Amino acid sequence: MSEDLLRLEHLSIDYKVKGGYLSAVNDVNLRIKKGEILAIVGESGCGKSTVAHSIMNLLPGGNESVEGRIMFRGQDLRTFSWTEMEKIRGKHIGMIFQNPLDSLNPVYTTGEQVQEAILIDNVDKVLAWQKVCDLFNDVKMPDAETRARSFPHELSGGMRQRVMIAMMLSREPELLIADEPTTALDVTIEAQILEIIKDLKHTHNTAIMMITHNFGLVAEVADKVAVMYAGEVIEYADIFEIFENTQHPYTKLLMKALPRGTKKEGRLQTIDGSVPRILDKKPCCRFANRCPYAEERCFKETPRETEVNEEHMCRCFLVEGKEEV
Amino acid sequence: MAEKMIELQNVKRYFSNSQNIFTKDKRDVKAVDDITFTINEGEIVGLVGESGSGKTTLARVLLSLTKTTDGEIIIDGVNLSKATKKDMERLHRDIAVVFQDPASNLNPRETVESSIMRPMIIHGVPRSEAKQKAREVLEMVKMDLRYLDSYPHQLSGGQLQRIAIARALALSPKIMILDEPTSALDISVQAQILNLLLDLQEEMGLTYLIITHDLNVIKYISDKIAVMYLGKLVEFGPTEEVADYPSHPYTKGLMDAAPILDPRLRGREKYIMEGDPGSLMNVGAGCRFFARCKYATQECEYHDPAKIMVNNEHQVACFNPLKI
Repeated sequence: MSEDLLRLEHLSIDYKVKGGYLSAVNDVNLRIKKGEILAIVGESGCGKSTVAHSIMNLLPGGNESVEGRIMFRGQDLRTFSWTEMEKIRGKHIGMIFQNPLDSLNPVYTTGEQVQEAILIDNVDKVLAWQKVCDLFNDVKMPDAETRARSFPHELSGGMRQRVMIAMMLSREPELLIADEPTTALDVTIEAQILEIIKDLKHTHNTAIMMITHNFGLVAEVADKVAVMYAGEVIEYADIFEIFENTQHPYTKLLMKALPRGTKKEGRLQTIDGSVPRILDKKPCCRFANRCPYAEERCFKETPRETEVNEEHMCRCFLVEGKEEV
Repeated sequence: MAEKMIELQNVKRYFSNSQNIFTKDKRDVKAVDDITFTINEGEIVGLVGESGSGKTTLARVLLSLTKTTDGEIIIDGVNLSKATKKDMERLHRDIAVVFQDPASNLNPRETVESSIMRPMIIHGVPRSEAKQKAREVLEMVKMDLRYLDSYPHQLSGGQLQRIAIARALALSPKIMILDEPTSALDISVQAQILNLLLDLQEEMGLTYLIITHDLNVIKYISDKIAVMYLGKLVEFGPTEEVADYPSHPYTKGLMDAAPILDPRLRGREKYIMEGDPGSLMNVGAGCRFFARCKYATQECEYHDPAKIMVNNEHQVACFNPLKI
């Protein structure tokens, strides 16, 4: 068993809002090994991006309180100073975002921007440019040399995302955090980008944390899946476990809400109600108000993280109960 | 035989584009080029294609929000190019539209009630009747009547989409054009909206044209699928045939690119298309898919394939359609 590259231990993040603290992330425990793809899925507002941003220490700052530990290669990133973090960002942990146009500078060519990232490591300029072209070829950019001299507005969405991946790759981080990397792209382009991400795992042994709301993508690339709901990881398992041995009622309902076949096979499962805004942390299961199996206990106690088997964790009394029997 | 609801014959919509105002060299952007197909009454047709393929332009043409350059559109027996003012008025009541982002097409300063009433008042429905109808349609979309006095910012994305659908239903349309109705929504809400759309369709026998890029949604909801590529309709036919046995190489590539919700199938053989659709600005004389197509022959480079019928209901525009 290889060692965990990144381990989140009891991570909780609260935002100070009018009238109390909004619990955005609560008691999240996750781990990711080298060369592993971990997908974090959930609906909007479940805290998946907050988790990702907290790893890079990129939270807005000022009104949040963070608890728990973020262990990266055995060191707690939360104890790092801003300058120490700067050495981690890009070099050890890379990140790509949903909309590449927001991350690219419109007045520099794409090649210059990637080159800039390489020059941080005191590489010769000519060599750096050569590396840019190599990287553009690695991410299967058509006409790599010409594209390196193009400005971001001259490229299509898929090509811009390739530039971002090339930039991220330039410093060969051990961990890549991809926040909805293909949401803004067309399906055929999405498939191409996914191939590049999968290649990364094989050629560079990069660990990838992929944040997405799309279960289809999860089924295509992930090794491990964490399902989040209202700030908590409610189920974490191996990819096959999550699809074939689903335990948590929320995950089960979500799986049935996804359109798979045709309408002749009946209507889709829906989940009534909406995600609660958790202002005060009182003990309860956060899914209880929408859960068809909810009992009295679910409104009064917080379910523990229970092991279904070695690689499968679930936060639900139904599973806890089974274990005791 | 079901009645024809929407008939398109060689519909074209070109936008003229010149590099600068002094040159005479004008090139047309062929956003919708020579499209022919028919939607029958009570059918749900899904329109798919990548961004820039002309899906939305086609919808705008049908809504007569933009004029056609050439070709005939016959909706519910009315030929759009020959329609009188009276015909058009009736058509505007018969066709309703729901857009992608529900938050941006509801007036933030109007209550839900007045938003729903507005189209009826524009079409001369008396106020009291409109008020009554607003309550009816809100019930149809399964929303509580207490939301009548709410403002858009007080509602969630799913609720707003329901309001947009309710407003579209206000004038009892026969046809609904839905432009990406669920792509801004979460999975559980998407399921609610899809179920609602199917219920309404069954109750009222509506005809839907649903535009989306989510292939799983299209496969689930539609009876027929129309595939567009750079302004051309490349394939049109019954859902099962188009999804499972596509004839056009592009459709095949599109279907293969769609993620399948089963991790056991991830190693399956896939045909991943290279390149991207490119732009409508520089299309050659030949098939527009030529550059990305692995079956392309010389013929494809210089000639534009006409539509051929695979069977009665299944049409494809390709010189070398895939064999089933």
